[in-house]
Parts: sequence; structure tokens; C-alpha cells
Amino acid sequence: MEIFIKQKIKKVKKGDHSAFEDVVTFYQNKVYQICYRMLGNAHEAEDIAQEAFIRAYTNIHSYDENRKFSTWLYRIATNLSIDRIRKKKPDYFLDAEVRGTEGLTMYSQISADEDLPEEEVESLELQEYIHQEILKLPAKYRSVIVLRYIDELSLQEISDILDIPVGTVKTRVHRGREALRKKLRHV
Amino acid sequence: MKCANEAIQLMHKHLDDGLNEEERKQLKQHLHQCDDCQNHFHELKRAVAMVQSTSAVQAPPDFTAKVMGSLPKEKKRSGYKRWFKAHPVVTAAAIFFIMMFSGIFSTWSQDQQLSVSKQRDIIIQDNTVIVPEGKTVEGDLVVKNGNLKVEGKVNGDVVLINGDHLKASAGEVTGDLNQVDQVFGWMWYNIKKTATDIFSFTQ
Repeated sequence: MEIFIKQKIKKVKKGDHSAFEDVVTFYQNKVYQICYRMLGNAHEAEDIAQEAFIRAYTNIHSYDENRKFSTWLYRIATNLSIDRIRKKKPDYFLDAEVRGTEGLTMYSQISADEDLPEEEVESLELQEYIHQEILKLPAKYRSVIVLRYIDELSLQEISDILDIPVGTVKTRVHRGREALRKKLRHV
Repeated sequence: MKCANEAIQLMHKHLDDGLNEEERKQLKQHLHQCDDCQNHFHELKRAVAMVQSTSAVQAPPDFTAKVMGSLPKEKKRSGYKRWFKAHPVVTAAAIFFIMMFSGIFSTWSQDQQLSVSKQRDIIIQDNTVIVPEGKTVEGDLVVKNGNLKVEGKVNGDVVLINGDHLKASAGEVTGDLNQVDQVFGWMWYNIKKTATDIFSFTQ
């Protein structure tokens, strides 16, 4: 797959606009996932994920082909997400949740369509709860936890993406894990 | 709970990049003895499993189309620029030819005035250069944008550019007589001239 993507990137570098479409299709879920777990709402996640691909496209000439494209792309996505978290003002989106009623929009959307069996609702509730707990982590722990456990990347890759030493990644994963342990132990 | 710190380090190490045989034994042994640590370890693993269990979210279905739609449009100029950068030799050759041809064409079209190489004994009448009867022109004769009438004698080559040679029975040209009236002919003449100049110079 790496080879396939490499060929596409070469084409994009030569100015083949359409080759980028395959790149977006291939990575969209991964990038969207990072943004969603970092930012917590679908609207912002889509916004930032799109921005990440656009940045990747416009800066494609600064991408070093000897390195992994995914690392470079995820780096753009995480940096944009972290920037957004920092700048985050209390701005409201239509689909953002109302405080204190976590997960309201998600359930209201789903349950409008069909009635879900009890267990599925429960597992959805649990997943939403975990999602919220991840979001409560400080951004620097959140990013490593998301990359480590949701995108299942190695410590080395996370170190490359975030541009911090592996030792620091370990410390942050360690602290993030402890924080989650405390929050999730009674579930 | 002093034991915990070291054990917890081992737990995290186990979760990150694995333990070696000795560390593994050490942790195992400790977990057997210490309920707190065992509990801690269990909670950690459970938290990780819970985080991993959050189902993968999918990008919205029209995501790719939206991204492609909002990519900056390529400017035409940058397209040319990239092409030029990719083909430097072709670009250089193209520029060279453009300069050369424009130079030749401009001198060709500007030069509409009658001109004649400086020789004694020739007469210019209207648009015609006349070598009078009984006179001899020594050396080559070049006439541009005019006709030539040789009634006397030319001791050398004659070149006629953009003009006619009006034959006179008595006229005589000892060398070659070249008539040029096309731009490419003129070019060819120039090239030939340069070449012969070079050769005559070396000789």
C-alpha cells in the first residue's frame, strides 16, 4: 500500500490533481478519526480533517519521499487539531452537544431512525462515555493516547508525528493511561 | 505502597514495548503478592481495552469530494512554469529559436532601403544600381533592395538581395552572381557567408 501511495504522491507532485483523490480516499477515515477524537465533535473534525488534506496538497513539495507519508499527514492533522483546541473559544455548532447532556445529539440522531436493542444502546452509551473521557484529557496526553490506541501507531511513529522524543511520548502515554484508569475504573 | 512505584513502571513498560524475561518474572511475582498492584494492573489494561474498543469513526461519505472541491485551483501560469522547470533544455532551445528568428525577421523587414556596397564608379538611379559601360568594378558587389544593371564589368562576385538583375548584353561578371529574394534564402546566404568568411580567414 505504501508503494501505491508513493506513486500517487509522485503524480500529485508532478501536478496531477486527480491522483490526490485516491490519497484522500485512502486516508480520510484515519485522519478524520484523529481529528474527531482530538476535538470531540463531528463538525470541527470534518473541518480540520479537510484542512489537513488541503494543507498536505498545497505543501506537497515539502514532503520528503523517503519518509512515511502517513506520518507526515498525521502530523499535519494533529498539529491543526492541537491549534484548534488552543484557540477554542466557546463557539457553538448546531450538532455540538449541550453541556451536561453528553451524547445527546448522537442518540437523538440515531434513535430517530430506528429503535436499537438495549445492549446496543448501552454499548453506544459506554463508547460515548469513553470518548468524553478521552476528550477530558489535556491535549498533550490526548494526542498520544489517540495515536497510540485508536490509530494504533508505534511509539516511534508518534514521536515522529509530534516531533517529540520517544521518551517524552512514553511519559505522556504513561500519564494518559493512568488518568484514564482513574476515570474508567468504576465503569 | 512503596512497592507500587517500581511495579507500576514495569506495568507501563509492559504495555509499551514489552518486558524482558527477568522483568516479567519480577512483575508476575509482585502481582501475586500485592493485591493493590494486581488491581491497578487490571484497571490499566481495562482502560486501554476500553479506549481501543471505541468503534472506528468514519469520515462523512462526501468527504473526498468536498476536499477535492476545495483544493486551490492551479493557476495556468504555474502550470507553464512547472513545465519549463521540468524541461530546461527544451526551454533554452525554444528561447534561442525565438530570439534568432525574431532577430532575422526584424532586420529583414526593417531593411527596406536600397543599399549598395561601397564601390567606385557605380551610378544609382532611382531603384537601380548601374555599373556604367566601360567601367570596371573591382571586388565584390552587394546590392540590397534594388535592381542591378551591369553594363560594364564587375571583377568579383555579385550578390543581389531583394532585387532583379537587369541583364545588359555588354555586362560581365567574372565571379558568381547570387540572387536572393526570400527570407530563408537570405538566411542561408548569411550562413554561407559566415562560413566562407571563417574559412577564408583561416586560410
